[in-house]
Amino acid sequence: MEYKDYYQVMGVEKGATQDEIKRAYRKLARKYHPDVSKESQAEAKFKEVGEAYEVLKDPEKRAAYDQLGANWKAGQEFRPPPDWDAGFEFSGGGFTAGDASAFSDFFESLFGRGAHGGFAGTQQTGPQFRTRGEDHHAKVMIDLDDAFHGATRTITLHAPELDAQGHVTTREHTLNVKIPKGVKQGQHIRLAGQGSPGMGGGGAGDLYLEIEFKPHSFYRVEGRDLYLELPVAPWEAALGAKVKAPTPAGIIDLKIPAGSTSGRKLRLKGRGIPGKPPGDLYVILRIALPPGDTQEAKDIYRTMEQKLAFNPRARLGV
Amino acid sequence: MSKDILTGLLLDEECSLTLGELSCACGVYAEWVVELVDEGILEPIGRDAAHWRFSGPSLHRARIVRRLQRDLGVNLAGAALVLDLMDEIGSLRAHLCVLER
Repeated sequence: MEYKDYYQVMGVEKGATQDEIKRAYRKLARKYHPDVSKESQAEAKFKEVGEAYEVLKDPEKRAAYDQLGANWKAGQEFRPPPDWDAGFEFSGGGFTAGDASAFSDFFESLFGRGAHGGFAGTQQTGPQFRTRGEDHHAKVMIDLDDAFHGATRTITLHAPELDAQGHVTTREHTLNVKIPKGVKQGQHIRLAGQGSPGMGGGGAGDLYLEIEFKPHSFYRVEGRDLYLELPVAPWEAALGAKVKAPTPAGIIDLKIPAGSTSGRKLRLKGRGIPGKPPGDLYVILRIALPPGDTQEAKDIYRTMEQKLAFNPRARLGV
Repeated sequence: MSKDILTGLLLDEECSLTLGELSCACGVYAEWVVELVDEGILEPIGRDAAHWRFSGPSLHRARIVRRLQRDLGVNLAGAALVLDLMDEIGSLRAHLCVLER
């Protein structure tokens, strides 16, 4: 297990005041919050910062962590010294972060395992106690093709679970889930009863899957609409043409109107992701220039230069 | 059970959730959802709370608000603003992707 330098994670000095630590946390939490952050690895960073703050904000935990000594380096192989926590008392219910179950092994070896979410405190209740199991949430990555045709995805989840003795264990959980045709980015699928089992005869929680599209090499997805950039030759754009264009449902013949300019958007109604109503496919024309690298090509360009009175910069007044 | 193929409920615009179902799905009290409606974050159809029907995407929005509140201490007005800006950024990014390629 690796030693974690919580001060380094928070970007504060070892002597930082509790206020400084709080301010650093606020700032980092905003920066890496998975809902708003576009940083790569935002979710992992957010958890790391949450873990560091969990320790440093609590004077007891911070003092215990500090007395491990200043000689440890982040990433160094770490084993807690025997009786390292003698004299410290970590009062129960000390885990306040939203997802204590996600803390690192390093954290757990020092401070024990966080009670997971809704289970905290349920142990003391009487034998009459019934509670519905927790809901779980996960993301599922699908291809554009799956949204078009529907698909079945196998999903492996690591769900924290309470065993008969009340210990938290991690259970691996494999599910085959049908992805319905016509799903959109960000939509959720609810699988009733696939969350944590209930306690005392309560029903199981639900599993929520959030749909996320893997980026496609040439289609862009926006809701149910698709955008495709289609290269066309200058003569196809100028004179009009019938060209082949890909669509997720297959290759089609597309009519390019004469006099098309680069960036022109052609709308193919109902050719987007199926649904009620189906999305549209927008084809954006890009004029591709033939290279002037042969004598013949050069001659043609020269002829155009001489015979066409064309000033591409007329609009700029030059 | 791992070999069976599960079919879930797709929470799309056509799907409708009652106040109870939505609260349960977010793990919150119904009062909290009512506050979201008062703030204009969720727009159910139906004349009063007992008849409200929320669209599938409401769940996504409500869950973001809950996380923002819990993790960043954002209040409801702030969360509503964040959601609006996120929607705007989302569509700007999508346009940018199209333009940049």
